[in-house]
Amino acid sequence: MIEALQYEFMRNALFAGVLVSVACGIIGTYVVVNRIVFISGGIAHAAYGGIGLGYFLGIDPVLGAIGFSLASALGIGVVSKHTRQRVDTVIGVMWALGMAMGIILIDLTPGYAADLMSYLFGSILTVPSSEILLMLLLDGVIILVVALLYKEFLALSFDEEFATVVGIPVERIYLVLLCLIALTVVMLMRVVGLILVIALLTIPAAISDQFTSDLRKMMLLSTLLGVVFTGSGLWLSYVFDLTSGATIIIVAGTTFLLASSYKSIARHRAQMR
Amino acid sequence: MSNDEVIHLEDVWVRYDEQVVLEEVNLSVEAHDFLGIIGPNGGGKTTLLKVILGLVKPSRGKVTVLGGSPEESRRFVGYVPQYTRFDREFPVSVWDVALMGRLGQRGRFRKYTAEDKRIAAEALERVEMLDLKGRQIGKLSGGQIQRVLIARALATEPTILLLDEPTASLDTQIEVDLYELLRRLNEEVTIILVSHDIGVISAYVKKIACLNRRLIYHASKEITPDMLEEAYRCPVDLIAHGVPHRVLATHQ
Repeated sequence: MIEALQYEFMRNALFAGVLVSVACGIIGTYVVVNRIVFISGGIAHAAYGGIGLGYFLGIDPVLGAIGFSLASALGIGVVSKHTRQRVDTVIGVMWALGMAMGIILIDLTPGYAADLMSYLFGSILTVPSSEILLMLLLDGVIILVVALLYKEFLALSFDEEFATVVGIPVERIYLVLLCLIALTVVMLMRVVGLILVIALLTIPAAISDQFTSDLRKMMLLSTLLGVVFTGSGLWLSYVFDLTSGATIIIVAGTTFLLASSYKSIARHRAQMR
Repeated sequence: MSNDEVIHLEDVWVRYDEQVVLEEVNLSVEAHDFLGIIGPNGGGKTTLLKVILGLVKPSRGKVTVLGGSPEESRRFVGYVPQYTRFDREFPVSVWDVALMGRLGQRGRFRKYTAEDKRIAAEALERVEMLDLKGRQIGKLSGGQIQRVLIARALATEPTILLLDEPTASLDTQIEVDLYELLRRLNEEVTIILVSHDIGVISAYVKKIACLNRRLIYHASKEITPDMLEEAYRCPVDLIAHGVPHRVLATHQ
């Protein structure tokens, strides 16, 4: 691993891992406590439409993904608050529709979309320095917004009705939260790919949730776990020559299963006493 | 409209899609009332509270709260929702929940002030939960969660307090303690509470109403068998379950 660090792409990869872990730790915590994992999945997959649009228009697919994921976040948010349709059905439709649009747009684009797979399955090893800067910027935006709206996000997540009664513009704040999820999704896309985004968004927070009951500590612990998962996943994928994104998720998922079993055994023992 | 009137509902109807939930509801609540509204589950009790809070728009009728619309006035209304619907795993402390009552008092992006903290601490003190302020909400008993939610509502410094099924699935002793607390609070605030349980409620409230889509209310503490029959449409069954005799008018 030490010799691997001589390469710039390896340093960039590790750095990207740290940067996405910050976003995952903070936003993933909200996703888990609000139980909106499925909404996040919908936003992630709809973002594929933006990748397609990027290829079609000949612009950076990442910009397309940012646009599409923000639009789908707002769409899902508004629809889920205003229609009597079952929300999960609406999310499922947007999930599939976004992906389908992406595929069709790439069909319509002449030539071969060479690095298409990297958006689907991630390619942390090819993150360019320009994208590290973008990640740094997005992290800054996320930290700033959460610092400013921490109390409002907490009240909204805990009890939306009460938040409304005390005069918080609940719907607007909720849409802001969904937009932050959209930005996080775009960052994660580079590291683990769109298909595996929800895993890295939720697993660190879900593990932390079992060990702390304080939202701030949960964010901190999730961030640390994210750094450990991306770092060790990267190392394992280097040593065994495996796909990095999938290896990171395997490490995270295995840790989640171990932590959950440990917790349930501990609970069982406490009951036996 | 009397001068002391704090809540006024006139011919209020609420429909969800085609289903009528509230029908021709008229209600007048005066300052310092302690009104208990009883009725079966699905009888529209929670909906009625939400109408007063402006969370549900009536399809017909007029609602006035403290002389204004429900939306204008709701910052003077403390709301205590059903505690059983909360996610008990939610990582939030007693203290943070009580502080939420102060959120509407500040502009966005502001920190809680020393005054906010003092008011939240006082609210917790009044419900005897200040000692447990660092505790995560899920590690409390049902009665304790209920107290914290009351403290959160008190932290908004309300003139009216609305409680939704505050005693659902609580032990009788805890229920009695809670009503004693409400009776003390009633010296300063107007209280409306809804419950499907006619048991202990009747000993504490000043006025009682029955709600089953229609509201049957005579601005008194007496429940007549007719009221119950109209509200529940099954009077015999209820009396068999032990309606306290003191609230019933003379039996035939």
